[in-house]
Amino acid sequence: MATSRFTRKMAQGGAFTVFWLMGATAVLIMLFVVGYIMVQGIPQLNLEFFTTSPRGGLSGDGGIYSTVVTTFYMVVVTLLIATPLGVGAAIYLTEYSEKAESPIVRRLVRIARFGVETLAGVPSIIFGLFGYALFVSALNMGFSIMSASLAGACLIIPVVIRTTEEALKSVPDSYREGSLALGATKWETIRKVILPSALPGISTGILLSAGRIVSETAIFFVTLGGSYRVPHSLMSGGRTMALHVYYLAMETRAFDKAMSTAAVLVALIVLMNLAINLITSRISSKTR
Amino acid sequence: MRFVSMAAALLLATGASSAFAEEIIVSGSTTVQPLAELLAERYEADHGDVQIVVQGGGSSVGVKSIDNGTAHIGMASREIKESEIAENPEIVIHTIARDGIAIVTYPGFAVDELTMDQVRDIFAGEITRWNAVGGPNEMITVVAREEGSGTRAAFEELVLGESLMSADAILQPSNGAVRTTVTSTPGAIAYISFGYMDDSTMPVSINGAAPSAETVESGEYPVYRPLNMVTFGEPEGAVAQWLDFIKGADGQAIVAAEGYLPVN
Amino acid sequence: MTSGSRHYAARTGIENTMKTVLLVSALASVLIVLLIFVFTLKEAMPAFREIGFEDMLLGKVWRPGNDQYGILAMIAGSGLVTLGAVAIGVPLALGTAVFLSEIAPGWISGIVRPSVELLAGIPSVVYGLFGMVVLVPLVRTIPAPGNVGFGLLSASIVLAVMVLPTIANVSEFAIRSVPKGYREGSLALGATKWETIARVIVPAARPGIISAVVLGLGRALGETIAMIMVIGNSVVIPSASTGNPLSIFLSRARTLTGNIAVEISYATGVHESALFATGVVLFVLIMLVNSSARFLLKSSISRGGKN
Repeated sequence: MATSRFTRKMAQGGAFTVFWLMGATAVLIMLFVVGYIMVQGIPQLNLEFFTTSPRGGLSGDGGIYSTVVTTFYMVVVTLLIATPLGVGAAIYLTEYSEKAESPIVRRLVRIARFGVETLAGVPSIIFGLFGYALFVSALNMGFSIMSASLAGACLIIPVVIRTTEEALKSVPDSYREGSLALGATKWETIRKVILPSALPGISTGILLSAGRIVSETAIFFVTLGGSYRVPHSLMSGGRTMALHVYYLAMETRAFDKAMSTAAVLVALIVLMNLAINLITSRISSKTR
Repeated sequence: MRFVSMAAALLLATGASSAFAEEIIVSGSTTVQPLAELLAERYEADHGDVQIVVQGGGSSVGVKSIDNGTAHIGMASREIKESEIAENPEIVIHTIARDGIAIVTYPGFAVDELTMDQVRDIFAGEITRWNAVGGPNEMITVVAREEGSGTRAAFEELVLGESLMSADAILQPSNGAVRTTVTSTPGAIAYISFGYMDDSTMPVSINGAAPSAETVESGEYPVYRPLNMVTFGEPEGAVAQWLDFIKGADGQAIVAAEGYLPVN
Repeated sequence: MTSGSRHYAARTGIENTMKTVLLVSALASVLIVLLIFVFTLKEAMPAFREIGFEDMLLGKVWRPGNDQYGILAMIAGSGLVTLGAVAIGVPLALGTAVFLSEIAPGWISGIVRPSVELLAGIPSVVYGLFGMVVLVPLVRTIPAPGNVGFGLLSASIVLAVMVLPTIANVSEFAIRSVPKGYREGSLALGATKWETIARVIVPAARPGIISAVVLGLGRALGETIAMIMVIGNSVVIPSASTGNPLSIFLSRARTLTGNIAVEISYATGVHESALFATGVVLFVLIMLVNSSARFLLKSSISRGGKN
């Protein structure tokens, strides 16, 4: 090929310009979407917005107090259910299964991994259907935080497992060997040495999961019931902020309130992302 | 660990502080939900010891939930089906209002008079352009509810008859979504519950009768259906009192104020 | 540290108990998947029995009021919107991935990467709201008969933005996994950086990139809320409204996910069962897509390691 070096350099210049444009486009899209929501939504934000609950009827009046409370409960209860299961599963898959004793256990581990991978790919509306069929209907829990949290836990267990596994894997083997050499059992090693060391990574997973729950709509649409009241027990229904955005947009014509609620949601996600990045950078600086 | 116990304490504390003497759970039709919410608010203002929680879920969920006990009252925006009565012979039906179904168009289309046949043909997809009914030469966009909706069922029975709803229709899952769509989509026409009519909607008269409480009462406007609340057996206690309130003068005043027809 | 035999026995006892407890947690995921499958299938059985699997899958008309439960239109809707999202999203995602891994200086990456991450975190309902308020009126301005803004184009754009982070992330990982030797060898032979990227690195990362796209596909197929807010939910098999075949994207449509979400509130009996059946079809479809993505990713890692 007798293409001169000049032509090839020109081609590179052209291609690189395209890539720079693509990078810029990604940033611009983000700025456009987030910017639009913020510009439309922030003007309506005041203390009253946060401290009053939405009104009934079709007006779209009121604020988001009850939705904030519901979202908080949903995050806490779902995490309470999913974290022990997820962390426990990750511990087993990382710490116990390597030198697995019997072929049966090894087979079980492979099945477990397959289960986690499959669960990670299930679309959220299926979790919603499942939650409705099992918890709301068959187990008679009705539209409630309990039903919704159980369904939501299914969604985030794979997230917790994945991030915990990564956190556990990054703990140096010398920690484990040192602890065992001192006479601790495996579980004691895990509890007192490995878990504390992996804690930042695990917290990242928990924060990520919290973000997923805050953003989730489809599952809770079918399991929470949509009442605008402040929930007063685990068996109460309600609506999360994300659900409230949906109801405002579809039922009322209060698009300004919808944008405001969306702005609050986006701000929350930004904060969580920042927290995750902070923790991750602290981990990587520690392991240097 | 400390965080967990803090959160648990918070949950219990909030629970304790709002432990009302009576809680009534109402669930079902999203059409009836806003009306039920307003009736609940009004009743609670005078009866501080009762909290009425209104959830959605749809008319069919409403009927099912009183059967399995997850709600005290079910809401349905349609007649209760024979099959549902057969499954729940204990069911007691309380009609709390009558709700007309209005035809509305995108504002500014200058077509506000149609015959019943024209309405039927438009929604069945037979008439596709506005100039066939006296409007500009624009495409008609039908906006409708999803299958299974009580509003749609009533509309199909009373207006479409044997014809089938146009397959091209934009389908939205609630009256509110339909209203939002029809008021922002040029050339759109839709049917919505009376209670959802407001300043932004442009109603259409059918056979000379404008959609209003008066024309339904007089019989000129034939498209309406009952809004029902159902209970499992005869209601008692706070549930019965609230239902009496709804059927009484105060409740029916709210019903009328929201654009529905009182039952009398 | 005493090691009296009773103390040691207690610690071993705890050790063994914990091992079992943890194994059970690990199996919890499998249990949940099984439960979901069993329950959804159980609720869907009446529909499969009464309507027939073939009639459902290939039926063109979905009119529960008329006892017609064909989901072909929804399969077409899901397929087309996913296709559109991939067509719009993959070039942008790949370009961003290459940009981040090969071209961008450090501080630029510090702006672009968090932006993409933020896009990943925005709730789908917010995307739906944005689509309703901004995109739908915009698309409505395209002159075509029957175009009201709601439809495949608006939905594809929204979906493309939603899957962009997934595809970009996994693609970047694939590109970074290409051994340094490839780059250095190519540059040593006199190739420009761009030629190295285009002819050596990207082809080497191709299996990983393909798996990234397939993962994005799976994510797109599963999206619900954003879709029902902008796609129109009409039960029609999308068709081109003008001579231009691309105008098929101006058609309204309904996705498999939307079918479930829009009608679940009011469905009873066979209708409700048919919605669960839609869920089963969706579940199987996504499982197939995700398994192929995983398979492709594994084969790319093994291939990269061997070379």
